[in-house]
Amino acid sequence: MQVNLTVNNELKSFVCEPGEYLLDTLRKYNYLSVRRGCDNTSCGVCTVLLDGKPVPSCSVLTASVANRSITTVEGIQGEAEKLGLYFGEEGADQCGFCNPSLALTVYAMKKELYEPTQEEIKEYLVGNLCRCTGYIAQERAIKKYMGDKS
Amino acid sequence: MVLILNEYVNPRSIDEAYSLFLENRKNYIKGGGAWLKLTLKSAEKLISLDKLNLDKIIVSNDLIEIGSMTTLREIETNENIVNLYNGILSKACHNIMGINVRNIATIGGTVMSRLAFSDIYPALLVMDTTLVFYKLGEVSLSDFLRKPMKERDILLSIKIKKKEGSGFYKKVATTALDFSIINFAIVKTNNKYMISIGSTPYIASLAYDTMEFLNKQLEITSKEIEKAISILLEEIKVSDNTRSSKDYRVELIKTYFKRGIKKVNANAS
Repeated sequence: MQVNLTVNNELKSFVCEPGEYLLDTLRKYNYLSVRRGCDNTSCGVCTVLLDGKPVPSCSVLTASVANRSITTVEGIQGEAEKLGLYFGEEGADQCGFCNPSLALTVYAMKKELYEPTQEEIKEYLVGNLCRCTGYIAQERAIKKYMGDKS
Repeated sequence: MVLILNEYVNPRSIDEAYSLFLENRKNYIKGGGAWLKLTLKSAEKLISLDKLNLDKIIVSNDLIEIGSMTTLREIETNENIVNLYNGILSKACHNIMGINVRNIATIGGTVMSRLAFSDIYPALLVMDTTLVFYKLGEVSLSDFLRKPMKERDILLSIKIKKKEGSGFYKKVATTALDFSIINFAIVKTNNKYMISIGSTPYIASLAYDTMEFLNKQLEITSKEIEKAISILLEEIKVSDNTRSSKDYRVELIKTYFKRGIKKVNANAS
């Protein structure tokens, strides 16, 4: 079947199976920043924004989001770079596998929450697992990014 | 991993969705899809309810009606639900996985899947929730959980009666993303208690005998609470599973029952 999606503000047509998950479709079409982790909704590494909200692409059928808007990390390049600088400053980067999904979730949080507390930040990001960092340096970097109004 | 599926259909009316659902036992209704990969490997047709306007929260003076396709995140953040019985339903939703999952998981999908570890059931049970089905009409959640449905039907909405009262909700899990070891809800309204415990590891139910005992008491002191705990542990079924031993669950139930009763009484006063 053919499904039309707006990916990073560009209208695209994708050919997929009726039971194909969005993660598989995106990766098939070379959106390789969308990573495959647990593939069962637990780790958050496959997160993309669906109409601006973070969702696990491993558990969303491509057919179910026809004509809707998908954002991968390439769609928020400027903000991702800004967050990346704070990650670098704070030593929050290690393998980087979870970074695209984390950047998207942090970006959505910045849009949704006004001056969130440390606890609110932690709660918002609970669905994005990172196996390297232990989260502390990430938390410092994200807090700085949230306060950056530039 | 692909779901083996012949057709993904977007009906334009409930009637059309219902006809498609009855057409073949291998046709299924899709809720939010959060657990689709873990629960369904193949289907003839997957029927979407996305175009049927079932994702609204309608609030009136005495009722909150939540469309079955409303996401858990919308419920969690809805101001009316946050303010109802100290936000027990918002808290129950808030404890489920991460925000990315709650942005797709729906209340209808959660209710219909009858998962014993569900964090939603205790909160809904103590709020005297009814389910509205397309053919069957209104059914209490308590009856729905006790008896399997004989006929296939489509859940349209859930109705929660709005009353003044205080509430307590607690989920205990090993980690933030883990399933519950127990989940627990208490509501006190008009001096009557409603109590429900789930994930024991059995599916949640109302603690009728305990509620009856407490509702007869003129005063609740530690003596009445101790007696209520012994009734509670008599009437609910608690066992071991991979997440917890029975003994640990029993200790959790004793502790959170005491805290819950104290909390609803403190909030009510």
